[in-house]
Amino acid sequence: MATASVTSRSTGRTLGALRLPTIIAAFLAITLGVLGIDQFVNAMTLGAIYALVALGYTMVYGIIELINFAHGDVFMVGSFVAMLISSRLLGNVGGITSVPLLIVSVLVLFVLTIGAMALVGALIERLAYRPLRRAPKLAPLITAIGVSFILQNIIQFFIGPTFTKVPQLVPVEWAIEISGARVPLLNLFVIATSIILMIGLQLFISRTRTGRAMRTTSMDRDASSLMGVDINRTIMITFLIGSGLAGAAGVVHGLYYGNTNSSIGFESGLKAFTAAVLGGIGNTAGAALGGFLIAFVEVGASAFGVGRWGGAIVFSLLVIFLVFRPTGLLGSHSGDRA
Amino acid sequence: MSRIGTAASTRFAPVRAFFRRHRSLGIAVGVLLISVALPLITHIPPFDGIQSTNAWVNAFTTAAIYAMLAMGLNIVIGFAGLLDLGYAAFFALGGYAYAFVAAPYTGVHLPFWPMLLAGGVVGAIFGILLGAPTLRLRGDYLAIVTLGFGEIVPITLMNSDKFTNGVNGISGIDKPSIPGILQFTLINPWPMYALAITLFTLIMIMIFRLQDSRLGRTWDAIREDELAAESSGVNIVIAKLQAFAVGASIAGIVGVVNAAKLTIVTPDQFRFSVSISVLAAVVLGGMGNTIGVATGAFIIYLFQNILLKQINTLVENFNIPVLSTIDFLQFQYVLYGIVLVLMMLKRPQGIFPARRRMREFAPLKIGKRGVK
Repeated sequence: MATASVTSRSTGRTLGALRLPTIIAAFLAITLGVLGIDQFVNAMTLGAIYALVALGYTMVYGIIELINFAHGDVFMVGSFVAMLISSRLLGNVGGITSVPLLIVSVLVLFVLTIGAMALVGALIERLAYRPLRRAPKLAPLITAIGVSFILQNIIQFFIGPTFTKVPQLVPVEWAIEISGARVPLLNLFVIATSIILMIGLQLFISRTRTGRAMRTTSMDRDASSLMGVDINRTIMITFLIGSGLAGAAGVVHGLYYGNTNSSIGFESGLKAFTAAVLGGIGNTAGAALGGFLIAFVEVGASAFGVGRWGGAIVFSLLVIFLVFRPTGLLGSHSGDRA
Repeated sequence: MSRIGTAASTRFAPVRAFFRRHRSLGIAVGVLLISVALPLITHIPPFDGIQSTNAWVNAFTTAAIYAMLAMGLNIVIGFAGLLDLGYAAFFALGGYAYAFVAAPYTGVHLPFWPMLLAGGVVGAIFGILLGAPTLRLRGDYLAIVTLGFGEIVPITLMNSDKFTNGVNGISGIDKPSIPGILQFTLINPWPMYALAITLFTLIMIMIFRLQDSRLGRTWDAIREDELAAESSGVNIVIAKLQAFAVGASIAGIVGVVNAAKLTIVTPDQFRFSVSISVLAAVVLGGMGNTIGVATGAFIIYLFQNILLKQINTLVENFNIPVLSTIDFLQFQYVLYGIVLVLMMLKRPQGIFPARRRMREFAPLKIGKRGVK
C-alpha cells in the first residue's frame, strides 16, 4: 500500500510538472484577452502583492500548522514602517528622477523595512506563539487573533484610521509602450520585485541547509528534531522570512498605491490567506500562484462591474476550496490531514 | 466546602441544598437579586456622580445584552471547542431580521414578541448554512471561514442598499409593547432592562440544562478528544452543527432585542471588533463557564463604557497637554487584543475557570510532577 501511494504520488507530480506551465500559460492568455492589457497588468501587480503576503501564511502554516492571523497586520505595519523610513528617515516626498539615487533609495528602503518586519515577526513568534507550542489548538489561534487586533489598533491609536500618504519613489509618469497600451514602469517594478523575492525564497528553501531543515520540520517535527534539526531556530527563521516578505509587500504596496491604511492588513490578510489555501496551504509555489489567481478574480470582478462584491467572491472561493479541495490546486504538505 | 461549617453556614445549609436541587430557580433568584442590587448601587457615591440612574440602567441593559452574546459564543467556543470569529454576523442578522419587519423603511410592522423567536430561527438557519459545509473542516479552517463570514455580512448589508439602506442602516425600529399595559419608550429604560434581565435568566437556565444534557456531554467529549468521541459513536459533525446553531440562534434573539433597544441598525454596529470584544469576554471569564463569561462580559463592558469614558472626560477637564489629544475609548480595542494574548499566555482557563477546562489547559503541570 505504501508503494502504491508513493508511485501514484510521483506520477501525479510528473504530470503536474508537465501540465502546470501549460495551464498557467493558457490562463494568462485567456485573461489577457478578456481583460485587456491595462487590467491584466493591474491584476499582475495586485497579485504580486497578495503572493508576497500569502507566502508568509503558507510558510507558517506549513511548519507549525497555525493560521497566523497577525500576518496580514505585519504586512500593514510594514507599509507604515516603510512610509516612516521613506518620508522621515530618507526625507522623500515623491518620485526620484535620478536613476542611481532611485536605486539606492529603494534598496535602502527595502533592506530596512524587511529587516524591521522580520524582527517584529520573530518577536511575535518568540513572545506569543512559542510558549503555546504544546498548548491545545485553540490557544495559539486566539493569541494570533489577539496579536492581529493589537497591531491593527495600535496603528489606529497613534496614526488614526485615515489614509496616510506614502512617497511614490518610482515616478508614476514613467511608462513603456506595449502593443499600443501604456504600461507604467511602477507596475513592472512591483511585479519584478516580487518575482525576484519569490525565486530567492524558492532557492533558499530548496538549496540551503536551513531550507531543508524547514522542509523536514514541516513534514515531521519530532523526527527532524531527532535528526539534529534545531526546531526552535527553524521556526524562528520561518517567521523571520515570512514577516520579511510581508515587509517587502508593505514597501511595494506603499510605492504602488501612494497611501496606506490601518485596515489593509485585515482585508489583504483574508485575501492572501485565501490565496494560500487556493494554491495548497504549506506549498510556497502554490501560494504565489494563488495570489495571482485571487488578484485576477478581483480585477475581473471590477471589470464586470461587480467590484464591490470582490471580497464576497473571494470569500466564497475560500469556502468552496476548503470544502471541495482542501489540498488546494497544487496539493499541500498538511492538507491531507484536513 | 467541608461539612463542619460555621453557625451561619449551617443555618443556610437547607437553603443551599434547596437551590442545589432546584438550580434553575437558584439562577432566577440570583439574577433577580443582582438585577435589583445594581440600580440601587448607582445611588451610592461615587457611582451616582458618573451618570443618572436612568443612564446606568441603560448601561446595565447593554451589559446584559453583551453578556447574553458572551454566553451564546461560549456554547460554540467553550463547550464545543470551535473558534467562531464572526459571531457578530449572527447578531447583525437577528437585528436586521427584526428591522425588516418592524420599521417605516419597509412599512411592515409585526409585533416584537413573535419576532424574538423568529430572530433565533434566522440566526440558527444562517448558523447551519455556514456550518454545514465548514464544520467538517479542521478547527483552524473554521476560524478563518467564520472570520470571513463576519466580514462579509456587514459588507453585504452595506452594499445591498436597495434592501438595507446601505451605510445609514434602518432607523425608527418599533419598540416592543404589551398591548394595553405597557409601551416601551426611549426615555424610560426600565422595561427594556426587565426584558433583558428576563431573557438573560432564561438563556442562562437553558444553557445550564443544555450543558448537563446528552448533547452537552457530547460537546465535552468532542472538545477533549474528537477522535475518541467519533470512535465512540458520536456524530461529530451533527453535534458541532448543533452547537453552532444554538450559539447563532442566541445571537439572533439578542440581535432582535438590541435592534428594538437602539431603534436603529447599521452595518457599522456589527463590525469585526464586536466579535472580538465578545471573544475577549469569553476568554477573560473562562471558556466553558457560563457564569464566568457573563461576568467577563460585564467587566469588559463596564470597563470600556464607564472607566475609559471617565478617563477621557477627566483628561479633557484637566487639560493635560499630550493625554487630552488621545481618545482613550479607542484604546479599548488594543485592550481586547491584550486580554486575548495575555489570558492565553498566563491564564488560559480564564479568571473563573470551568472545572473541566482547568484540567485541560494544564497538561504540562501534571508532567512536571512526574507520572509514576
